[in-house]
Amino acid sequence: MSGLTYETVARFAQQGGTLYFGVLFMGGLIYGLWPRHKETFNRMASLPLETDEDDHVQS
Amino acid sequence: MTQPAINPPDSAPWGAQALYVFTGIGAFVAFLMSALTQDPLFRFSSLIFLTAFLLAAGVMTVGIANGRFRYDPNRYEDGVIRAGVIATLFWAIAGLAAGALIAAQLAWPRLFYFPEAGWLNFGRLRPLHTSGVIFAFGGNALIATSFWVVQRTCKARLFGGILPWFVFWGYQLFLVLAATGYLAGITQSREYAEPEWYVDLWLTIVWVAYLLVFLGTLWKRKEPHIYVANWFYLAFIVTIAVLHLVNNAALPVGLLNHRSYSAYAGVQDALVQWWYGHNAVGFFLTAGFLGMMYYFVPKRVERPVYSYRLSIVHFWSLIFIYIWAGPHHLHYTALPQWAQTLGATFSIMLWMPSWGGMINGLMTLSGAWDKLRTDAVVRMMVVALAFYGMSTFEGPLMSIREVNALSHYTDWTIGHVHSGALGWVGFISFAAVYCMVPWLWKKKGLWSDRLVEWHFWIATTGILLYIAAMWVSGIMEGLMWREYTPQGFLANSFVETVSAKHIENVIRLVGGLMYLSGAAIMSYNIWRTIRMPSAQTLAAPTAPVLIAAE
Repeated sequence: MSGLTYETVARFAQQGGTLYFGVLFMGGLIYGLWPRHKETFNRMASLPLETDEDDHVQS
Repeated sequence: MTQPAINPPDSAPWGAQALYVFTGIGAFVAFLMSALTQDPLFRFSSLIFLTAFLLAAGVMTVGIANGRFRYDPNRYEDGVIRAGVIATLFWAIAGLAAGALIAAQLAWPRLFYFPEAGWLNFGRLRPLHTSGVIFAFGGNALIATSFWVVQRTCKARLFGGILPWFVFWGYQLFLVLAATGYLAGITQSREYAEPEWYVDLWLTIVWVAYLLVFLGTLWKRKEPHIYVANWFYLAFIVTIAVLHLVNNAALPVGLLNHRSYSAYAGVQDALVQWWYGHNAVGFFLTAGFLGMMYYFVPKRVERPVYSYRLSIVHFWSLIFIYIWAGPHHLHYTALPQWAQTLGATFSIMLWMPSWGGMINGLMTLSGAWDKLRTDAVVRMMVVALAFYGMSTFEGPLMSIREVNALSHYTDWTIGHVHSGALGWVGFISFAAVYCMVPWLWKKKGLWSDRLVEWHFWIATTGILLYIAAMWVSGIMEGLMWREYTPQGFLANSFVETVSAKHIENVIRLVGGLMYLSGAAIMSYNIWRTIRMPSAQTLAAPTAPVLIAAE
């Protein structure tokens, strides 16, 4: 029990949380800004326009 | 668009028999619950379960016997979306009407207080209003649009055979149990999570089924990249599941008793509640509706998303930041100050992704701004985005501790919530429904575009009246609460600050009634649209494959 004080838990939440979420977020950012994805993204930007209002499953 | 040659025989959808058995078992369990319990409120809920299961079993008996449950893998599952649209409109009227009634109670407490009818008490009607508009109206709009968007952007029929229908009707049963429970006085007193443990368990079953339908459809997709709207919808479904399970952890008094006690106590309880509460705003009322925005805005204005790259940065930053913002509801409480500051800091950081999303939506209109003048549905979308931008600027401002000292517990908060709920959530949902109805019922357009104009202007004016009245009354009562006499005593008694708000409360009621009238006009328009002759019978031989959007 000696190690598990309020201060250690709070420090873990503050510093560990910042690091963990910072790294994960950077991952998402790198994915979004990766140059090779640009082609897919350009195609995806107009995907809603190509979708069909009809109820036949598009092939 | 020829009829696919290989239509399977009219087979019942996958899982129909299993669901039939499940309904029978459910009815039996509900019967036992109602027969064995000593608790009249628990019996009341059990009887609703029993009625629902018996109705479902009856409908399924007739349906399966007559081969009415058809399944065609070459077609999208649109029937459940049509049902969802009708449910959305029904609950919009119900939830908004409950809101108007409690607004009237606040404006004229003597006139609209009914001592002999306990179920019409403000305390019971308020959760009916909040759950009615958030979970019933908003939830049905989210489920219906998510089913539309995931099928079209994945080019795959909804996964799970009968499961989407179970999600739809199971969710309506959850709503009925919650609503009747509030009126009967069943509540666990957790804001936006008032339903008791057995209703929570039922929602868990329904929500897991919803997650399975969504994930299964993504799994079947023919398009390798998952379109960004689906990311937002999936974040909404997954996060709501986690929030629901953690926040509602409770121990029932007995298995045949409606009452339960939370697993948390004290400040931990408050933190879990507001971690839930604010993320209900972030993931139910924001992420899901952003999914709606990222499909219906480009679709309606026929322009690609302004920046798809920005939409991805928007997504990841929004979900990483929102989850931390909850503690701003607990300024000046027993919550450690670092946690309060953390909540406020993340709330201020949220401004960036929120406005990134707003700009992305608005700039999608580049080159199509003329549609603002001609198309009331596009105007509704743009006003929705403007209110999204406005309330996501106001929110960070109000999360600052010093501003919160003035705004907290006042009508300012109510105004803030309603600019987001009526302006952003309501308008983007109305716009999506206006888009989908002619597609779903195969009509060439809406019955009346003029009525959409009327809806737009009446509702917009209503929102402006509502939020302006709440700003005035909120800041006024905030200032009155902190006013001291030269001797150092509080200058106003509480009831004086209440009676000072009378005019604002009346204006609020007028604004709410205008918004409700807009929804009524819309329902009439949609009803007339559904009853119009379908587009194919009108112009069958010349119908082009791709119709340019009107």
